[in-house]
Amino acid sequence: MTSVLPAGGVAEQPTDRTAVRLSGVSKVYGRGPAAVHALDNVSLDVAPGEFVCLVGASGCGKSTLLSLVADLDRPTAGTIEVAGGARPGLMFQEPALFPWLTVAGNVGLPMRLRKVSRAERAERVAELLRTVHLDEFGRRRPHQLSGGMRQRVAMARTLALDTPVLLMDEPFGALDAMTRDILHDEIERIWQQRGLTVLFVTHNVREAARLGDRIVLLSSRPGRVVADWRVDVPRPRRIDSPEIAAIAAQVTDRLREEVRRHGS
Amino acid sequence: MAVDTGRAVEVGADRTIAGLDALDLAATASGESRLAKVWASAWPKLLALAFVLGVWQVVYWSGWREPWVLPAPQEVFADLARAVTTADFWRAIATTLRRGLVGFVLAAAIGLVLGVAVARVRPLRAALGSAITALQTMPSIAWFPLAILLFQISENAILFVVVLGAAPSIANGVISGVDYVPPLLLRAGRNFGARGLSLYRYVVAPASLPAIVSGLKQGWAFAWRSLLAGELLVIIAQRPALGVRLQGLREQNDAAGVISTMIVIFVIGVLADAVFSSADRRLRRAWGLDQA
Ligand SMILES: Nc1ncnc2c1ncn2[C@@H]1O[C@H](COP(=O)(O)OP(=O)(O)OP(=O)(O)O)[C@@H](O)[C@H]1O
Ligand SMILES: [Mg+2]
Repeated sequence: MTSVLPAGGVAEQPTDRTAVRLSGVSKVYGRGPAAVHALDNVSLDVAPGEFVCLVGASGCGKSTLLSLVADLDRPTAGTIEVAGGARPGLMFQEPALFPWLTVAGNVGLPMRLRKVSRAERAERVAELLRTVHLDEFGRRRPHQLSGGMRQRVAMARTLALDTPVLLMDEPFGALDAMTRDILHDEIERIWQQRGLTVLFVTHNVREAARLGDRIVLLSSRPGRVVADWRVDVPRPRRIDSPEIAAIAAQVTDRLREEVRRHGS
Repeated sequence: MAVDTGRAVEVGADRTIAGLDALDLAATASGESRLAKVWASAWPKLLALAFVLGVWQVVYWSGWREPWVLPAPQEVFADLARAVTTADFWRAIATTLRRGLVGFVLAAAIGLVLGVAVARVRPLRAALGSAITALQTMPSIAWFPLAILLFQISENAILFVVVLGAAPSIANGVISGVDYVPPLLLRAGRNFGARGLSLYRYVVAPASLPAIVSGLKQGWAFAWRSLLAGELLVIIAQRPALGVRLQGLREQNDAAGVISTMIVIFVIGVLADAVFSSADRRLRRAWGLDQA
């Protein structure tokens, strides 16, 4: 029931069974002696409908990886394939809300860019704001909200993209534990309902164990995939359950090992 | 237990988050009344005005200059009261304002196009970026001899100098606006599918609007100065304008008339500045740029 099995390297899978495939991806920022090797030869397959959590020490290249998958940056080497060629929706590490738009305007913008009709947009925006429990705040400006509320607006806005692949960069980092638990339930529900594929970056190992079908550990500088666990805890899960705690402990041990290897 | 209490948990979750949000937002209400705000910004200005009038009156009493060179404040205001009843006075204001507005609108159009072009096209930036800034340092009055040679004594000579005075500031506002769009917002826009023109329409333009408005405000100030300088030099017969009026009254040694015309010029400048400042302030507040 509660087993954590190292998935062992990267399995070759037929393309129709992968939603996202990274093959030998490297990313170097800058040139010469000042160059930063953010990612080195990362290969990763994510199956359709899979919820994959990416963990790793700060600065190991998690955000870099997501922006490569979102096609906002080009890899220095390697290839990235996204099934259907669709651009994945990315929820940034910072809320990145547009200050000149209201909360509802922010959430509606991806749909406006897709030329969704005004009436349909209003309906969808209201629904998305309900999802993140902000239905009363549609007319506010982003700067009038707290940090955690902004993060939730950003989540609603990313969901408004209606993409089959969702990339989330520490989406709940700025939230208090209670709100975070509730949003864990929400994101899990949306993921299941829409059959999304999710690549979810987090510092919080428990969160990774709570949400992920898989947990992928990246090493630091250069970032490489060093471990890949399958989380076989049935859903619904609770973040404070002993099974989740046990998995989190395992991942944490391995993460510590990684960080120590760097310290020496 | 976990299954059939789903709804109850959901409702509870709503309440919990609503409660937390209420705590988050507790301190946002502002109690100051509108009248109090107006008064707070008005009284320093009134005090400054009273001070200037007081000094003027004292200098007048001291007899530093003959009364027909430096008249008393009340004499000037009496002259102003007489002037506002004449058609010429209003025609002069209308001519000057029309020239100012036409020049400003033209400068804004040129400045916007130029600014966007320079901000976007690398070679253009290399070629024109510093030239635009250099142009700004050129006192506009220095352009008039050339303008008169090119356009004779005509409306176009004035327009030429007004546009040259204002367009560089406006272009610079646009360039810095576009340059300082936060990269994160550009990336967000791109992720939402905004490309090329739609990226400009939905992200770059609104993000740079505050800088553009500052550029427009500065552009107006330059346009207004160039315009008045121009009206002193380029005098078109049978067409009253504020600058022409100023020259004419000086030739008649009508000091009260000169000062009252200057007051009109000053007031128009202050009003225009207030319009731009209020647009600027409103924008910054809406954008969340100043949080007092
Ligand atoms: N635009 C850039 N130019 C140069 N170096 C960069 C750039 N972006 C990221 N880096 C470097 O690449 C490395 C990985 O950065 P990245 O933001 O992907 O880390 P991260 O794993 O997301 O960290 P965190 O958990 O703190 O968010 C870091 O060493 C960072 O300094
Ligand atoms: Mg990051």
